[in-house]
Formats: sequence, structure tokens, C-alpha cells
Amino acid sequence: MAVELDLKGEVCPYTFVKTKLKLEELESGEELCVTFDHAPAVENVPRSLKNEGHKIMGIEQKGEHLWIVRIRKA
Amino acid sequence: MLGGFSEEQIRRYSRHIILPEVGGKGQKKLLSSKVLCIGAGGLGAPIIEYLAAAGVGTLGIIDDDIVDLSNLQRQVIHGGNVGKPKAESAKQFVNNLNPDIEVKTYIERLNANNVIDIFKEYDIVVDGSDNFATRYLVNDACVITDTPLSHGSIYRFEGQVTTIIPHKGPCYRCLFEHAPPPGMVPSCQEAGVLGVLPGIIGVIQATEVVKYLLGIGELLTGRLIYYDALNMTFDEIKMRWNKQCPVCGEEPKITSIQEEIYGESCRIW
Ligand SMILES: [Zn+2]
Repeated sequence: MAVELDLKGEVCPYTFVKTKLKLEELESGEELCVTFDHAPAVENVPRSLKNEGHKIMGIEQKGEHLWIVRIRKA
Repeated sequence: MLGGFSEEQIRRYSRHIILPEVGGKGQKKLLSSKVLCIGAGGLGAPIIEYLAAAGVGTLGIIDDDIVDLSNLQRQVIHGGNVGKPKAESAKQFVNNLNPDIEVKTYIERLNANNVIDIFKEYDIVVDGSDNFATRYLVNDACVITDTPLSHGSIYRFEGQVTTIIPHKGPCYRCLFEHAPPPGMVPSCQEAGVLGVLPGIIGVIQATEVVKYLLGIGELLTGRLIYYDALNMTFDEIKMRWNKQCPVCGEEPKITSIQEEIYGESCRIW
């Protein structure tokens, strides 16, 4: 079961900061699903996470302004 | 409380947390660290300012001096506090900048009797003192208590800075065994100093402290940076462990802190 993090209402750079803090609590290989409603985050957060070595397993658009990004911790 | 941080802390430290070398874990290390600042003067001001901003959780500040108008040419944290003890003024500055920081003030002079007990409370000591007596006292006490030390000193347009990890690298006495004889060097009160100079040296010291606490990068151990503001040069002097060093050598003469050694600023050793 993937851990979930709801970041609706959050903007950059805190979308990344909070995703990163959550990932720090997980074990390597665990998955995290983050919900965003801030469009720039959908590009920025996965890019920053990849720079830190994490894997983006998928980006799913759930609504006009709603996305779920699936991350596997490095 | 994501990762143990409040919303305010996440925002305050976000630019640290974003750095791969720091992250939430590193920021927590800083918040649980204890740093002692010797002096809240020219060097102490930027040291205290940046360590507080960085979120070093406990700052000890020892200074027995009072803020004087002539200090404000370089001691940027004491604005509006002429006549107040510098340690109190510094605490007020820190409280305004970052309420996360616990400040412990010591309005007294560091001496042979209090140095060991005070140093024991801290992870690392930053020397921003302005005289040789204190400088040697701090070095020797750091070696004896095995406490890391960031050393900085300034004179007119020049400054020097190094990091001492006792018994893992050279100490200040390894390079300068004794203080210069009385009269050779003017006391800080008589010597002029370019106001921005302590800002540069003090910020390098704060950088070293933060790196040490985070365990990242290469410290200035075994190296002394010599900065010349007029020519804008940074020279690096290699420091070697001196087997005959009176405090960290193979057969040290100084094995405890004895008052006679440190007395007046110009009369030590
Ligand atoms: Zn030595």
C-alpha cells in the first residue's frame, strides 16, 4: 500500500519541500502518492525528485486541476 | 507536523530542506545542535546572525562588554542597543530573527575557572574574541575537552580563519605556539579595522560550523585561510600537527587550564 500525501492548496516550492519531508520518513523502495492542485507542481516536483534519485512511477490527471504523482523512494 | 516540523518551520527552513546535502534530517540536526559563541563583537555579530538564521537550536553567547557607539561600524546586530550588555543585545536580535533558537547568555569574561564547565555544554565553539589571552585559553580548553573549534581573527584589513578538530588535526598552538610579546601587536582598542572585514571572516566561521554540524563538505582543518581585503586575496596556509605542541603534542605541557598561563591579554606565555 502506497503512503498518501494530500498537498491540495499548497504551492511551489512547498509542494516539493513537503513531498521531500514525507519521503524522508519512508524506507527505500516504498511508494508515495501525492495529490496536487497546483499545475506548476506537476512538472516541478517530479523533476526535483528525479534530481535526488527518486523514481516517478506515474502522473495521473484526476480532474481539471487535480493530479496524483506516484513516487518510489530511492 | 510533517517530519516533525511546524508549518512555520517548513517555510522558514525550506531553502535548506531543498538542498540534497541538508534535507529535513540535516535541518533537524541543526535544530538540536548547541554552539558556543565567544564574543558578540565584530566576529560574533555575523556568526550569531547566521547561526540563528540557519536554525542552530541552542546558541551560547559569552561577552562581558557593553555596546558602544563605536561598535556599530561593524557589529551589525546591536543597532539601537548602545549601553546594553552585548550578550543581551545579541539575544534580543536572535529572538527577533528566529524564535526557534534558545539563547543562553553569559555576561562574564571567559576565564580559567569557568571555561571547562561552559565548553562541556556545547558541540562546537566559535571564537570571535579580540585578544590573545582568550584565544589561547579557548584553544587549550577545546583541546583538553575535545571540543571542535572555529578560529577567526582580524586586524586592520586582514583576517585569518581555520577549523580545529582536536587530536584529529593541528590546533592553534601547533602553528602559533605562543602569543606575540607584549607591545608587538596593538590591542584591539588601538587597532583600526575595516568595518566589513569581520563580516567576511565571521561568515566563513559560521559556514564551517554549519558544515561541521551537518557533517558535509571539507572543513578548514589543517588549513588556515589568510584573507587580505586590500588586495582581495585568499591565501591558504598549510598547518601541520606539531609533535612538540605544548597542548596537543606527544608530551603536552598544558594538561589542565591554569590561570597563570592566561592572565592579561599581552602577558601570556
Ligand atoms: Zn597543537
